[in-house]
Amino acid sequence: MSIIDQIIAGDVRATARLLRDIDDQVPSIYPLLKELYPHTGKAYVIGLTGSPGVGKSTLVDQLATRFRQEGLTVGILAVDPTSPFSGGAILGDRIRMQRHFLDPGVFIRSLATRGHFGGLTRSTNDMINVMDAMGKDIILVETVGVGQDEVEVANSAHTTLLVTIPGMGDEVQAIKAGIMEIGSIFVVNKADREGSRKTVRELRNLIELGLRRKEDTTWEPLIVQTEALKGVGIEDLYQAIMKHRAYLFDNENGQLDSILMKRARSQLIEILRDEALKAILGRMEAQGMSLEDLSRRIRNKESDPYTIVHEVLERELK
Amino acid sequence: MSEERKLRILIAKPGLDGHDRGARVIARAFRDAGFEVVYTGCHQTPEQIVHTALQEDVDIIGLSILSGAHTYSFPRVMELLKENKAEDITVIGGGIFPLEDIPKLKAVGIKEIFEPGAKLEEIINWVRTSVKPRQALQA
Ligand code: B12
Ligand SMILES: Nc1nc2c(ncn2[C@@H]2O[C@H](COP(=O)(O)OP(=O)(O)OP(=O)(O)O)[C@@H](O)[C@H]2O)c(=O)[nH]1
Ligand SMILES: [Mg+2]
Repeated sequence: MSIIDQIIAGDVRATARLLRDIDDQVPSIYPLLKELYPHTGKAYVIGLTGSPGVGKSTLVDQLATRFRQEGLTVGILAVDPTSPFSGGAILGDRIRMQRHFLDPGVFIRSLATRGHFGGLTRSTNDMINVMDAMGKDIILVETVGVGQDEVEVANSAHTTLLVTIPGMGDEVQAIKAGIMEIGSIFVVNKADREGSRKTVRELRNLIELGLRRKEDTTWEPLIVQTEALKGVGIEDLYQAIMKHRAYLFDNENGQLDSILMKRARSQLIEILRDEALKAILGRMEAQGMSLEDLSRRIRNKESDPYTIVHEVLERELK
Repeated sequence: MSEERKLRILIAKPGLDGHDRGARVIARAFRDAGFEVVYTGCHQTPEQIVHTALQEDVDIIGLSILSGAHTYSFPRVMELLKENKAEDITVIGGGIFPLEDIPKLKAVGIKEIFEPGAKLEEIINWVRTSVKPRQALQA
């Protein structure tokens, strides 16, 4: 059986190894990704983002359980940060997902950011495609949750969950600062803690403010309170996701098309940027132009980075 | 730009043993050595450990155990790896072991055992020289 056939048949080892190669950007992945692509497009992708420790992994665990009850298979991609000092990483999201380790209907992959900004990894979109091609019905993507602008996941997911917790005044401020727009659903997790209702009220106000600024006002983001640790509110969250899904698939609104276009466009730009850079660097090297020498010229103020880049592009893109 | 291939390691604690300090110390040391460490926490069955190792495509499994229950879990992990045709994954152990158990564990295929007081440098060097990241798939 070819690797492609093995992956489509759901073979764990073959899939896991391809995911590794994608992460490492091994050139041999491209023919495989091309062959897998026609088999994608069936999975429903749900992104979860929010600050460190708000309970994203615990929610992923609960949602996986809920989707399994529907008989759906689940792929999970969970991102943790790479240490900028060593390049290594501790990937600990799995700790919260232990009960799914033996379920053949759940495939979990832990990923390290490897210097990529935006909350995901350079490889996440390709990995979503592979999990999709291997037949996972639902793909849950947990972002690294470091800052305030991990909006990237919204370009990959059908439904984006913005997770927050009560009593973090700053938290709501952070949402205001930028990622408000990407949330299809707002989750106030750890609702067992004091101030949950207040946080819901604050969010509701922000959503109303935000709606006035948004072009697309046909979807009003939902707010759901959960206690992920105990499984409270998970049914509400599940129903909210289903509601958003129904909205996307509703022909009159046609929002599915705009989501898929957004995803195609962001993936296109991402690959184009990488491949163009790779090609140009390769040709520069072939001509004996080293980055080292060019950097030296900039460092010594013999030239400037703007001039050099434009010179290189003029020569290479002719 | 083919990235440098990173070593991927699973650190797992089999059985009911709650001593996780050593496992955490080791996980951090491996991260600081530039490896990607999947950490799954305590109370793992050998089945869970092997499933995780396969899904995460790790090159090496490090089992940490201080409770004395290694005589069941270590051989069982090796057995399951064989069943899944994954004997290429290196397995090492750390924690507390009666002296006479160590040759038995090595006989079932555990490559190395590190006991309390083992220097982190020594452990990292062993891994660096003994385990190489798995080769890429051939298209
Ligand atoms: C701290 C400690 C505890 C803490 C644990 C805190 C925690 N979260 O880890 C607490 C107080 C909770 C505890 C409880 C118990 N403990 Co206790 N505990 C210890 C103690 C004193 C130190 C362990 C430790 O943390 N060392 C520091 C770490 C960094 O070292 P390490 O784990 O050995 O790891 C090093 C190496 O072993 C190796 N290594 C370890 N794992 C791995 C993995 C890999 C992949 C690699 C490469 C290397 C590696 O590298 C590390 C660095 O050198 C030991 C005695 C001892 N001196 O070892 C007893 C000891 C382990 N405990 C023991 C016992 C019996 C218990 C209890 C059952 C006591 C009781 N009756 O309640 C409970 C059980 C708890 C449970 N749920 O399992 C016994 C175990 C006896 C046995 N094996 O037969 C010991 C040996 C004490 C004794 N002499 O009797 N304990
Ligand atoms: N009190 C309370 N604690 C919770 C709840 N949900 C999760 N937690 C705890 O919050 C801590 C963090 O949970 P995770 O699921 O690991 O959070 P995360 O957002 O994935 O964290 P990172 O991946 O590190 O960003 C854990 O100790 C959980 O047990 C909840 O509903 N209530
Ligand atoms: Mg997490």
